[in-house]
Amino acid sequence: MNIVVCIKQVPDSAQIRVHPVTNTIMRQGVPTIINPYDLFSLEAALQLRDQTGGKVIVLTMGPPMAEDALRKAMGIGADKAVLLTDRFFAGSDTLATSFSLSMAITKIAEKEGPIDLVFCGKQTIDGDTAQVGPGIACRLGLNQLTYITSIEALDPKAREITVQRRAEGGVQVLKTKLPCMITMLEGSNIVRRGSMPNVLRAAREPILTLNAAAAGIEDVTRCGLRGSPTVVKKVFAPKPRADKAKLIDTTNRSTTDIANDAVDALFAAAPKLHTDLVGRAAQA
Amino acid sequence: MTEKAAPAPAAAAAPAAGGSRAGMKKELPERFRDYKHVWVLIEMERGQVHPVSWELLGEGRKLADKLGVELAGALLAGPGEAARKAVDEAFSYGADLVYLMEDPLLADYRNQPYAAAMTDLVNTYKPEILLMGATNLGRDLAGTVATTLATGLTADCTELAIDHEGSLAATRPTFGGTLLCTIHTLNFRPQMATIRPRVMAMPEAQEGRSGRVIRHALVMEESSVITKILDFIADANMDKAQLAYADIVVAGGMGLGRPENFKLVTELAAVLGAEYGCSRPVVQKGWLPAERQIGQTGKTIRPRLYIAAGISGAIQHRVGVEGSDIILAINTDPNATIFEFAHMGIVGDALQILPALTEAFRRILAVNRLAG
Ligand SMILES: Cc1cc2nc3c(=O)[nH]c(=O)nc-3n(C[C@H](O)[C@H](O)[C@H](O)COP(=O)(O)OP(=O)(O)OC[C@H]3O[C@@H](n4cnc5c(N)ncnc54)[C@H](O)[C@@H]3O)c2cc1C
Ligand SMILES: Nc1ncnc2c1ncn2[C@@H]1O[C@H](COP(=O)(O)O)[C@@H](O)[C@H]1O
Repeated sequence: MNIVVCIKQVPDSAQIRVHPVTNTIMRQGVPTIINPYDLFSLEAALQLRDQTGGKVIVLTMGPPMAEDALRKAMGIGADKAVLLTDRFFAGSDTLATSFSLSMAITKIAEKEGPIDLVFCGKQTIDGDTAQVGPGIACRLGLNQLTYITSIEALDPKAREITVQRRAEGGVQVLKTKLPCMITMLEGSNIVRRGSMPNVLRAAREPILTLNAAAAGIEDVTRCGLRGSPTVVKKVFAPKPRADKAKLIDTTNRSTTDIANDAVDALFAAAPKLHTDLVGRAAQA
Repeated sequence: MTEKAAPAPAAAAAPAAGGSRAGMKKELPERFRDYKHVWVLIEMERGQVHPVSWELLGEGRKLADKLGVELAGALLAGPGEAARKAVDEAFSYGADLVYLMEDPLLADYRNQPYAAAMTDLVNTYKPEILLMGATNLGRDLAGTVATTLATGLTADCTELAIDHEGSLAATRPTFGGTLLCTIHTLNFRPQMATIRPRVMAMPEAQEGRSGRVIRHALVMEESSVITKILDFIADANMDKAQLAYADIVVAGGMGLGRPENFKLVTELAAVLGAEYGCSRPVVQKGWLPAERQIGQTGKTIRPRLYIAAGISGAIQHRVGVEGSDIILAINTDPNATIFEFAHMGIVGDALQILPALTEAFRRILAVNRLAG
């Protein structure tokens, strides 16, 4: 089995700060991490490899420093890593990203043999669109299984996979043919920790670096900003609300009084809610 | 934005470059000139329409009126009574017409038949705007459709408008919700966007409103659909849908200190007939399950009353609750950000205020019951 896992290096957005005057992101010193959702997919891929043999190849598109993310992933257990990097990729939207990544996957298949499974994260925490995975599947003609809560069975001989997929109001049990593209739901597994031997190997292992030409992309106008149909026209901070919360007076008042005041103030502001609640209570 | 030197940002969310680029100008190619009208996917699964479809019709109505065009629902469904009912409902929520594809292959969602149906519909009838819910179904489908049509897709929008050139201006949070950005698809059609449930208000249904139905056939056999549905396991508890659509929500954050203290939240919720929820760290700590999380990466809620106890009001939480009619915040810190967007506030210890509120509501509702 050849399994490609697409991972993205993202800023640890819990630590992003916005410059109060210029409204721009202050990225300096913000640590980067592997997109957390991608780890559940990496773990699922590693489990399948452990069961059936083969290799897990992690792939990322990003600046040269995205190599860090690849090495981390190899530390967790991935066998090989591919870095897709070129200034032509800058400013890609989902359509351009899925184009470039799918070209790289085709190139990986030329070197490593046919790819049976592609894993992507459910979504990224910076792009947050959940569209790149479906985009890759569509371009490569892979059967698409998103929001997977568990992989029930994999039959490499019959080239079939059975999964559970989160849907509205329940879970679908689906069976499809390889090759396919899977995104795992968070919490669907427990991501393993890196082992010492893997971490050591990850530090030494060569990383295959592809630029646009090496990935087989002849027409670079399909990449990056130029290959992106969407245009960002404006970036701005959310408007603060004009008036702040009306505070209930708490000076020298008992908790009971404060609560009663709050309920009175609430019902004064929302009389209809009051009548509806009373009506509901009367029926109960 | 120059600081987005980041990993060739995936996503429409990637505020990429400044103004100097050809695609920034609107020069719609000839082949897209006859793309007209606003469409909304009427998302139906197992005979059930997802309410986000009606929310989007409400929003789509405004866009269509602004453009002076028609609003259409696109309904992909299994044959039967449910589909007919959904068509009527679509009219009542503002659709002028419904494109109806009824086929057994569309009864349950699968990417392949749905994507084939939707792209065929778009290629045949050429909408300029196509909106879908940012649900599991909508996101799974939108990515395939946008890629097949090679058009722009803006995910998880929080605001839609038409600009002076008649283009869709789709605004969404970016950088983990710290900023907003407005994205356009200038030179490709349709302009696609997904919107999360509850972000847009539910429109009033207008009974008796009707419209045209245009039927379109799906050209596909079950034998050519590669993914097979073996089973559907319905959820035992339907909690998930209820939180997003609850009338009243009571939530607790890290300020409650310990998992046991969430009983104060659930007790107040019980008295009010409300749903309960929490902030993200509460889920990360394992105190409550993920489906209780409110905010950007959890549920968006739009209740008539939202009570937030021990929640600081980070932007990622705020974007999920801003549609609430009234927000009452309880926080020990008078400078907590939540007081900047809550309507009412109590500066105090949630561990004392919550039980007192529960008592106060219980008393007032009981008294009224006797009186009424
Ligand atoms: C990509 C990303 C996505 C995110 N998505 C979400 C999301 O969907 N939803 C979400 O909620 N968060 C989300 N977050 C996290 C968010 O940034 C905040 O960290 C989180 O909302 C804080 O939770 P909190 O307010 O419960 O905890 P804290 O920030 O720790 O705040 C606790 C508050 O309780 C108050 N307090 C303390 N003791 C008491 C007491 N006894 N009584 C009353 N008040 C008390 C404190 O003054 C403080 O204001 C996300 C973050 C990132 C980076
Ligand atoms: N630059 C990238 N490099 C590798 N994988 C990516 C990249 N961008 C997105 N992906 C994959 O696509 C998934 C969905 O991304 P998004 O559409 O941005 O939410 C991610 O979880 C990754 O698995």
